[in-house]
Amino acid sequence: MKYESQKIAMPYFIAAIGLFVGQILFGVILGLQYVMGDFLFPEIPFNVARMVHTNLLIVWLLFGFMGAAYYLVPEESERELYSPKLAILMFWIFLVAGALTILGYLLVPYATLAEITMNDLLPTMGREFLEQPTITKIGIVIVALAFIFNIGMTVLTGRKTVISLVLLTGLVGLAVFFLFSFYNPENLVLDKYFWWFVVHLWVEGVWELIMASLLAFVLIKVTGVDREVIEKWLYIIIAMALISGIIGTGHHFFWIGTPDYWQWLGSVFSALEPIPFFMMTLFAFNVVNKRRRDHPNKAATLWALGTAVMAFLGAGVWGFLHTLAPVNFYTHGTQITAAHGHMAFYGAYVMVVLTIISYSMPIMRGQKAGNASAQVVEMWSFWLMTVAMVFITLFLTGAGILQVYLQRYSEEPLTFMATQEKLEVFYWMREAAGVVFLLGLILYIVSFFVKGEEVVMLEDRVKNQV
Amino acid sequence: MRETFTKGMARNIYYGGSVFFFLVFIGLTVDTVESLPKTDNRENLTEEVAAGKRLWEHNNCLGCHTLLGEGAYFAPELGNVYTRFGESTEAIKAFIKSRPVDGIPGRRSMPQFNLSDQELEELAQFLKYTDGIKTARDWPPNIQG
Repeated sequence: MKYESQKIAMPYFIAAIGLFVGQILFGVILGLQYVMGDFLFPEIPFNVARMVHTNLLIVWLLFGFMGAAYYLVPEESERELYSPKLAILMFWIFLVAGALTILGYLLVPYATLAEITMNDLLPTMGREFLEQPTITKIGIVIVALAFIFNIGMTVLTGRKTVISLVLLTGLVGLAVFFLFSFYNPENLVLDKYFWWFVVHLWVEGVWELIMASLLAFVLIKVTGVDREVIEKWLYIIIAMALISGIIGTGHHFFWIGTPDYWQWLGSVFSALEPIPFFMMTLFAFNVVNKRRRDHPNKAATLWALGTAVMAFLGAGVWGFLHTLAPVNFYTHGTQITAAHGHMAFYGAYVMVVLTIISYSMPIMRGQKAGNASAQVVEMWSFWLMTVAMVFITLFLTGAGILQVYLQRYSEEPLTFMATQEKLEVFYWMREAAGVVFLLGLILYIVSFFVKGEEVVMLEDRVKNQV
Repeated sequence: MRETFTKGMARNIYYGGSVFFFLVFIGLTVDTVESLPKTDNRENLTEEVAAGKRLWEHNNCLGCHTLLGEGAYFAPELGNVYTRFGESTEAIKAFIKSRPVDGIPGRRSMPQFNLSDQELEELAQFLKYTDGIKTARDWPPNIQG
């Protein structure tokens, strides 16, 4: 660790992992509710558990992004963080606000939560992923502004690298597009249209900038490949991400009362969206092959390569599967969507956060890398979680294909609930895979506590010059 | 990547490409918003419907249901529920009202939200208005949603 203030990332990462555990526990509950409809009813109905599951995901990824920025930016800028105190203060504000919001979901009916947080003054609640009370949303904006100010001042007064500038652009975009969550018109079509300005322009837009810059940073560190090469890749990846992804928003405007031309535009541009992810895979394998050092942190390298592959599969391939309008006509809002959502979020954003945690956590704990035994456990957790997620996705895809056929395509369509009963076997298998994922996550946490002999950094070696 | 393709070129594609497509997106957004009156059923967007939308949000309905395909996939699509229930707001209200407080053993069941008669009417009117939105190809594909 080159700068003392990088260590502020540590509490952010610990909080992220803690909330990740909560997210997965609720995921397992949800999976069970799919097959045992009355499980925990009426104490924790499905909608509440789902809200906890998705909101915890968003919150812990944000913790992860912030932690990553606090670790990465001082090192890139070659100076201490502008204000470590502000970063610590924001950590506690965000953690308390997040915890209170989740407790609010669990302890009182959602309608009561809306009432006591005075949602009628500025109604923003009750929309997918944006369920947080308005007051929480305002809190998120304040934390985001303080965070960006802190990071921005560090970047702008220090050494400016492509990585830190791209990261900063992504973070500013994240904050700016979140402002659309405060726009909730009575007109449902307008509401839906601008809701996507948050959701799509986050996950298929600016978050890709954050992801690519984090990946680039870790790859520079673990491979020692020349920065010029990596920066060129970074630019071309994010260029393709935004060129395809901005108009690609149109794939959400097929069936919500918006003009027909979106079917063409959305199909064509979102069909290009796998390209940046494919390039990310090429990029990661390319630079690892051309590595100029063998970094002792094998686990971090594995996570980095895994991120690139799984993001391409989840976001790229599974996204493409149902993104063309004639296909999406049948698959929109089915388990196919759920399959894609799971693998895309895991492959792109969960894994990139775990990549930077894997790289930086040992360093913040005073080692070059985790000891050999700890790394073995961590790599087991990588495979368990990743393979489990592949199977979750495959089972949900199976469920989705059958659902589309029975409910929307066959000669005599079944009702929604009759169809769901036919999908039960897929849901049971998905639940089993979910439990394996949870085991992988437990192993992941165990890996931080495994003792062993400290690894030593080998002298940088110059690989057979390319 | 070959040396002929420089970092500067990559950077220019990034800046140029994203600014260009962002401007195109803004243009398309303006066009979409201007053309919405033809499809979004705003002539039927009464105060009752607006109150119904608020109820829809305050009870987190799309935590289980989809509405025009967006939401959760645990319970039926409601964008065409008015049609599916025989174009009867009474049938919609009766269904919501009759949900058992303790659920149905072993099965999924919608919670009992204890809505007043007026609230039920507002919610049903909101679902009727939503059914009136002219979606492309009249999505969803069939009456089952």
